[in-house]
Amino acid sequence: MIKNITRFSKTNSQEMVSSPTPPPRPLPPDAIRAFDITPNDPLTIFLQGHPGVFDAAGLNFDSPMLRALKTAGVRLAVPLVSQGELVGLLNLGPRLSEQDYSSDDRGLLNNLASQAGPAVRVAQLVRQQQIEAREMERLAQELQVARLIQQTLLPKELPKIDGWQIATHYQPARAVGGDFYDCYERPDGRLVIVIGDVTDKGVPAALVMATTRAILRGASRRMLSPGAALERSNDLICPEIPPSMFITCLYAILDPSTGKLQYANAGHDLPYRRCREQVEELRATGMPLGLMPGMKYEEKETVLEPGDSLLMYTDGLVEAHNPQREMYGFPRLQKLLVTIRDHEGTALIRSLLDDLASFTEPGWEQEDDVTLVAVRHDHRAPSQRAQAARDWITIADFTIPSEPGNERIAMRGVEEAVSPLGLSTERLERLKTAVAEATMNAIEYGNQNRGDLVVTIRVMKSAGQLAVRITDQGGRQEIPNTPTPDLEAKLAGLQSPRGWGLFLIKNLVDEMNIIPSDDSNTFELVLNLKEGKYAN
Amino acid sequence: MQTREFRAQVRYVNHTAIIDLHGEIDAFAEEPLLNQAYTQATRENPQTIILNFTDVDYINSKGIALIVGILANARRAGIRLLVYGLSEHYQEIFRITRLSDFMTVFPDEASALGNKE
Repeated sequence: MIKNITRFSKTNSQEMVSSPTPPPRPLPPDAIRAFDITPNDPLTIFLQGHPGVFDAAGLNFDSPMLRALKTAGVRLAVPLVSQGELVGLLNLGPRLSEQDYSSDDRGLLNNLASQAGPAVRVAQLVRQQQIEAREMERLAQELQVARLIQQTLLPKELPKIDGWQIATHYQPARAVGGDFYDCYERPDGRLVIVIGDVTDKGVPAALVMATTRAILRGASRRMLSPGAALERSNDLICPEIPPSMFITCLYAILDPSTGKLQYANAGHDLPYRRCREQVEELRATGMPLGLMPGMKYEEKETVLEPGDSLLMYTDGLVEAHNPQREMYGFPRLQKLLVTIRDHEGTALIRSLLDDLASFTEPGWEQEDDVTLVAVRHDHRAPSQRAQAARDWITIADFTIPSEPGNERIAMRGVEEAVSPLGLSTERLERLKTAVAEATMNAIEYGNQNRGDLVVTIRVMKSAGQLAVRITDQGGRQEIPNTPTPDLEAKLAGLQSPRGWGLFLIKNLVDEMNIIPSDDSNTFELVLNLKEGKYAN
Repeated sequence: MQTREFRAQVRYVNHTAIIDLHGEIDAFAEEPLLNQAYTQATRENPQTIILNFTDVDYINSKGIALIVGILANARRAGIRLLVYGLSEHYQEIFRITRLSDFMTVFPDEASALGNKE
């Protein structure tokens, strides 16, 4: 329906046609008047039944349009019609000669009107399109601004912490998205890492995302634990959020000095911890935020050892479809995490995006926001190790064949080597048991009990520390990723009775490092000679 | 590597079974041998079985797994397990693994027998 169509009427002092001389003068400013065609005006209705030129003065009925024409001095008018629709009126004032319009004039006007009607209609459509295009442009600009505002809600830069690498990727499906992540250092030196996903996409989701992020930030200013932070945020979000919307969110706190990671989960996709060549889901239960108040969130913890990485992501990744409508899925993601060798810096995220691109194929219309957060615990910095190496003196270096039971040779060799150091019986026994367990691991898992492979044992001493390095030749066999032994679970048959080795080592020495190289694994057992929990 | 062979003998004092363990409790202390001793100890339905570690000089993580297995069996059968003769180091290992929460550790046979109720 066309409303408010504007057209031009030529009034006063100008003949439409047949005015050979003088050449047209420029119209005075008040010569052009705009009238609106009102659909229900009696004149509009009258013209539907009376095509062709009409005398404005000859019509007498109560019509605002007609009154306006008469007031403007219009004598003759002709409707411009296109496809049966009145698109304008061609209006003429009195002739300059003050004579009446002739029937020839009227015939000419009718001819002109029949051609002008469609032309005016085309002009109107073009104009309408221009208006719509400008409106679209304005909306696009607004969205662009919204996108910029949303980006300011994401961390501008990620914390830089020695020994850790954090990388992120944020890719909304539309200009703005409902995904978010956050990562910042607390005053106590711990890192808060959050990822979340608001139901829905676009502007509504973005607005809820902004509120949620602010509430979560508020919760961590109070230095709450992950579970308490989610609990408090949920209680604050519930009254604010529109019904049928909710937020899934994973909240983690990392202690960079120990690698300890505490986490709680409000219904978000489970993050993955990659430990050597194994991938583990980090489970913790909890309802999404914004569904109902008073929810409790289970809190769990794990440790990111040097070499481990953590991946947090949103469902836009795992629920991406390829042209065959197959879903990317968790198994593919898990398998990829196992096979990707380079986890340095942004390498993990690059590999994930490459794999997603090859799965979805070119021309993919992204269905949902994709957000990735990768945290990597470095192997000990080489420079640091080189520095330490200068201070170390090797006091024993020997090899033993990989046969079961040979860990006793390692124990005896280490005992002899450290005897000048005068360790207490207690500490010596602890070290011997740790050496035995690490050697058994090297024989059994590293060298696969192959008698032709040896385990190398090197005992080193620095001013304040004693280190025993136990190296296999197994070509970087994976060290089994056993869960922390839980005796109750073992007695209840929920865990294997075995799996004590690494646990014992960690509890018997001041520091345990696993140093992988291309063709071997080294267990490094460190005792502090002067201070530390087991000092003499 | 020459290892000290593992042996286990069962004897009874009143109605308590005592399993005297000898040698090294590790992969070589094959499960059948230890389980055989345990089965023999349960033959007279004792309420308490005491493990004597006095002559044990090496226990490794696999040995601990074997002891966990015995403890699980005993608990299912409602039999109390007590322990004595552990060196200070292995007492510490029993604390770290929390085995000592489930099987009380005594310094010697007399105190273990005196506390069997």
